[in-house]
Amino acid sequence: MENQAIYSISLIVNQKPYSIKVLPEHTLLDVLRDQLDITGPKECCGVGECGACTILMNGKAVNACLILAVEADGSNLVTIEGLGGKDNLSPLQQAFVDAGAVQCGFCTPGMIMAAQYLINTNPNPTEEDVRLGLEGNLCRCTGYSRIIQAVLSVAQNKEHNVP
Amino acid sequence: MRTFSYLRPTNLSTLFAMIQKSAPDYRLLAGGTDLLVRLKSGKFSPNTIIDIKGVTELQSGINMEGSTLTIGALTNMATLESEKSILETYPALAEAVHNVGSIQIRNRASIAGNLCNASPAADSAPALLIYDARVTCISARGERQLPLAEFIVGPGKTALAVDELVKEIILPIPAANQAAAFTRLTRRKGVDLATISLCCQVNTSGITRFALGAVGPVPFIVEEKEGILTSGTVSLEDKKACISELMEKATPISDVRASKEYRQAMLTVLGLRALSTALERLKAIQ
Repeated sequence: MENQAIYSISLIVNQKPYSIKVLPEHTLLDVLRDQLDITGPKECCGVGECGACTILMNGKAVNACLILAVEADGSNLVTIEGLGGKDNLSPLQQAFVDAGAVQCGFCTPGMIMAAQYLINTNPNPTEEDVRLGLEGNLCRCTGYSRIIQAVLSVAQNKEHNVP
Repeated sequence: MRTFSYLRPTNLSTLFAMIQKSAPDYRLLAGGTDLLVRLKSGKFSPNTIIDIKGVTELQSGINMEGSTLTIGALTNMATLESEKSILETYPALAEAVHNVGSIQIRNRASIAGNLCNASPAADSAPALLIYDARVTCISARGERQLPLAEFIVGPGKTALAVDELVKEIILPIPAANQAAAFTRLTRRKGVDLATISLCCQVNTSGITRFALGAVGPVPFIVEEKEGILTSGTVSLEDKKACISELMEKATPISDVRASKEYRQAMLTVLGLRALSTALERLKAIQ
């Protein structure tokens, strides 16, 4: 196409509004990372199998790599950065640290967002619920036991913030 | 991903006009969980993408009215698997869609997309076949209904004309004397395409039907009408032999997920498993 179309979209990301211009072929993940410098969501498989790009879109866990940025116009997004930062970790983030559920850390943002969605929709999950809730997230180093422990500890604490 | 024009109509007449202008070099976008994978790989490189999520007449929703249940084209898998009317009346469908991808995928993937993608391994197809689903197709030229078995015509191929799309899926309310169950063979539990997907339905008249996915070019049904499989007196060995014979109609291929021999052998195992669950359910409602 000779005249490359550019689309104007509005997003709310971690409670902050953005009005940006995007190309039609850019995914939501591309735009978050490269245009908004929100690099918590990661690109790994790029086809919806690993969950490293998991974010909440209008409250639902989704793979940001499988959504066009232009499609997301008007959406309210929460990424790992929206849960808490270095000085104010969310209960789930703190639980991952405490349980030793983070090793290389690449899967962690997606893992925590999928876990946050699980807890938002099912505040008292069983271990089986946690395993099912995280079936779309792959971890290649720590292994899953500590991740599951971390999620269960927060669920049992009942102190989680729902963003 | 090659660039394209992105269009987002808000009603059917605008959608039809856009399709007319763009056809044949366009793709419809609903959940995007299959489409984006193909756009990225370069398998699809259309000039135009028409996002149908804003089309008022296609809104997602599940409505039980009279003797049918209607599922809007844009209804996603997460909605289907948790909807009360599906869980109670079409449990095998709830089980089937619960197995699609991951929760991240199910929050986006639409039922119409799963059918239009026409994968031999489409998870929803065997259950929808068992429940005698019909597909309503619409275009500027009008509406028509097709039985699902005539809608999926080959791997990746549907009966849709170039200007047509799916409006809804219609399921008759199942007879009171039937029960069904879904089972699936995969390499890992989450986020894997089915090596085999299988749905079994039994009724009190002694008819057993198996809908089979991923073991032929399209999902299809095999039937046993003599009451062998529903009988309380036929031995397990004889039932196994009967299922094996029925499953000879399958034409599995060898691929990355399994060899054809393994698939053929496992069809009997899965058939027995689903049969046993379906029979238990039938007993529970009698």
